[in-house]
Amino acid sequence: MGTWVFLAAGWVLLTALFGLVTSRNLIHAIGCLTVAQSSTYLLLLAVGYRRGATAPVYSDLTPGTRPVVDPVVQALALTDVVVGATVTALLLALTIQLHKRHHTVDPQSLTGLKG
Amino acid sequence: MSTRARLVMFLLAAAVVAAFFSAACAHLPPFATPDHPYGERAVAAALERRTANVVSAVNFDIRAFDTLGEESILFGTVLGATLLLRRARDERHRRPVAERVMPTTRLFATLLLPVTLAVGVYTVAHGQLSPGGGFQGGVVLATALHLAYVAADYRALQKVRPLVVLDVADSLAAASYTLVGLAGLITGGAFLQNVLPLGTFNTITSGGTVPVLNATVGVEVACGLICLLAHFLDQAVEFTGPDQYEKTGDR
Amino acid sequence: MTEATLLPLAVALPLLGAALLAVAGRALPRLGCDILATTCASAETACLALLWTRTDGHLATADLGGWPARLGIVLAADPIGAGLALLVAVLILAVIVYSWRYFDEPTGEHAGAFPALILLFEAGMAGFALTGDLFNAFVFFELMGAAAYALTGYHIEDPRPLHGALTFGIVTSFAAYCSLLGIGFLYARTGELNLARLGQQLAGHHTDMLTVVAFVLICTALLVKAAAVPFHFWLPDAHAVAPTPVCMLMSGVMVELGVYGIARVYWTVFSGPGGIPHAAFRTTFTALGVLTALLGALMCWQQRHLKRLLAFSTVSHVGLFLIGVALLTPDGVAGTALYVAAHGLVKAALFALAGVLLDRYGSVDEHGLHGRARNLRLVGVLFVAGALALAGLPPLGTGLGKALAEEDAARWQPWLPAVFVTASALTGAAVLRAGLRIFFGAGPAPRRRPDQEETTGQGEEPEIRSPQRTAPPTMTVVPAVLLALAACIGVLPAAATALAKGAAVFTDPARYTATVLALPQPAGEGNPPPAADWTMPGVLLGLLSTALAVALATAAVHQRTPELSAHHPAARAVRTLRRLHSGHLGDYLAWLTVGVAALCIALAAQT
Repeated sequence: MGTWVFLAAGWVLLTALFGLVTSRNLIHAIGCLTVAQSSTYLLLLAVGYRRGATAPVYSDLTPGTRPVVDPVVQALALTDVVVGATVTALLLALTIQLHKRHHTVDPQSLTGLKG
Repeated sequence: MSTRARLVMFLLAAAVVAAFFSAACAHLPPFATPDHPYGERAVAAALERRTANVVSAVNFDIRAFDTLGEESILFGTVLGATLLLRRARDERHRRPVAERVMPTTRLFATLLLPVTLAVGVYTVAHGQLSPGGGFQGGVVLATALHLAYVAADYRALQKVRPLVVLDVADSLAAASYTLVGLAGLITGGAFLQNVLPLGTFNTITSGGTVPVLNATVGVEVACGLICLLAHFLDQAVEFTGPDQYEKTGDR
Repeated sequence: MTEATLLPLAVALPLLGAALLAVAGRALPRLGCDILATTCASAETACLALLWTRTDGHLATADLGGWPARLGIVLAADPIGAGLALLVAVLILAVIVYSWRYFDEPTGEHAGAFPALILLFEAGMAGFALTGDLFNAFVFFELMGAAAYALTGYHIEDPRPLHGALTFGIVTSFAAYCSLLGIGFLYARTGELNLARLGQQLAGHHTDMLTVVAFVLICTALLVKAAAVPFHFWLPDAHAVAPTPVCMLMSGVMVELGVYGIARVYWTVFSGPGGIPHAAFRTTFTALGVLTALLGALMCWQQRHLKRLLAFSTVSHVGLFLIGVALLTPDGVAGTALYVAAHGLVKAALFALAGVLLDRYGSVDEHGLHGRARNLRLVGVLFVAGALALAGLPPLGTGLGKALAEEDAARWQPWLPAVFVTASALTGAAVLRAGLRIFFGAGPAPRRRPDQEETTGQGEEPEIRSPQRTAPPTMTVVPAVLLALAACIGVLPAAATALAKGAAVFTDPARYTATVLALPQPAGEGNPPPAADWTMPGVLLGLLSTALAVALATAAVHQRTPELSAHHPAARAVRTLRRLHSGHLGDYLAWLTVGVAALCIALAAQT
């Protein structure tokens, strides 16, 4: 697989960015943000992978018998998941209120702030 | 900027970023490298602390301060949603109405409810032993409660969901993570020091403060998520906007 | 109390306070919540003040969980980091006192939610300033972000705050994920997350494309937070619409934390071998700073929406701070630290005074309010004092910080002081112009109709629901105290001396690494603390920029500035520039991509 896994992370990030730049719907934009975040999971977990390794859980594994993948990046990815989910919730709450007041969720029709 | 100008500018810049990203990837250590210095140190430290699930050991012991920030983000999000999804001045409250549910759906959800609750509690309690932990188990627990919404209707959900209690429990759980940290500072000399007895490896009480912190996070995630979803559901079910009066006739 | 106790306590106190307020807010009356919040903020201020006096000229560390740096997270505070956290605490206390009985909503059981979120915001900022771990910095970055998005969108009845908060949230979160990718790259190379160990491990590698891209990606989130051009578009949108107390915090200190983050990460991780060469960093970030300072000042001058005007002045000043830290000298860091502290106090005071206008008249439009606030004499005097402080009037703290930074900049590039003088004169003049018109009715009332590319400050949602009551006295006392503190920083040498000692520690990565990793200290004395006194050229340049600001403002008020025809190339350029600030999310992210690409090219070309 080589560097393809790492390149895939960049591809996911830029695809999400393309979606964000051209978005005509805020819900879609927030979805794109979540896609951008998945690129970080992909990179972190790929960085922590080790050939032939298993999960770093020793409840049914004798220490030293098998290599395990890097537990630190897994913990980082877990933190990242929670951060992403909560930020998404906040942004969606803002979108709900915006839709009530503005009757649209198209970012291109929001013109209240400029100059 | 016109749509076209924006797109051209973006595509040019993105091409440059893509080129640099690829060049950087070429210098990364090869995929599946055996060299993970921090990871190996973390595994050794977790085994020394008798925590079988090393990911939990990293999250709740070695790098527990990260998790303090993380659960505070969750707590802040619940507070933020409380603020943002409050009833606006020109909105009215509407009583949710009873809805019909297909008998099969009702049966399925009723059967699933106890199973989901049990899985949630198990996942939180065994966080230091098997994959899972407070965050994952908390989400399962919050989902379990919402099966009541699927099985019956919103009014049934309101009955099984004492929001005030859950909201207070969410805040108290958030505070108790910090308090466990301060207890470590007072008795052990360092904030979030693992001061409890470590127990026997691979039992439910092993790992010192890891299961305690796991449980506080489990409670916080379950309560916080239910409150968060409650604010969102209120928007859909209970609030009528300023221009919806005519449709519902509910002034 | 020892340093190892005070450091984690600085994060734990506001977190506990937030939880307490969220629970007690259900039962306590509004006054009880105010008292509780004030108590928490005071305790935090005391804790950080104690920490700041303890860190006198050295680095204080706390190993969290008892784990050494090679495993766990280490908090590390030198006088610069602890000082910034102290500034956060002072501003939070000011904001909580300022917003006593300021907000009537939400009432009832959620009365504690607003101050609780402010305290969470504080915990995020303090944690970010004090941490010595890269991933931990990301977590606290997100904590302050989450609190700030919710607080920005506080006025849910008006679509504009929601729009501003969404733009702010999406752009900042996207940039944060870019940073996390950068952290992932660095982790892959070094297998470390602790700043000191990252620097140590990086020294064993060559500088290559991976280093450059990792550095640029990590800087993306910090540059977005710092609102450097072209990452700055979210800032005026968010600052124009956020509740006034939140603006005080965001402009006063949150934005500056981005600059601090860049300086901290560069010095601890990338300044050694295997990092980014000093020359490359210096040139690139000075260029970025000059661009930011000039564009921010130009846009600031064009505004008539008072809060937007103040927001662009923040952009301009951040440019100056970027130049200051890009010089990579102890003198530059000392000057910038002083400048940041004084600017934060002054800017918070100015926003607080704009909040009084919003409270009284439901408008922050410079043209519409012409002469209407004549009876608010004290507020007017304070506002003019704030404007002069922005322009760098000696002996105020902003003047001293600016003098120290520009003097050091002149040693490298003799033309750099011109940028400092232009930016501070233009921003000071814009604020002064607004103050003279609104509070003193100077000059004829402007009759220009709003442009198409313009946000007026009229028709704002008043933040308070009972127009008949008088403004609480705290709304004028707080800005007065903040301005007095800014003056003290310039007059009393204690703060400047302490920050100068801090700058010597801040710019000494070898000593930082040794302290955090508990290694033997390197031989020698380390950097000598730079001088932090007024000098003749500094005073003269400060007087020059103030005089320029006064001249510009009086000329503008009496409409003696030349009116360009709409087809003049300069007028067209300004119009194009204003049109770029479109409020459109897609534009802002496209600019962010351009910024990342430009930084990659600039740094790669120089390594």
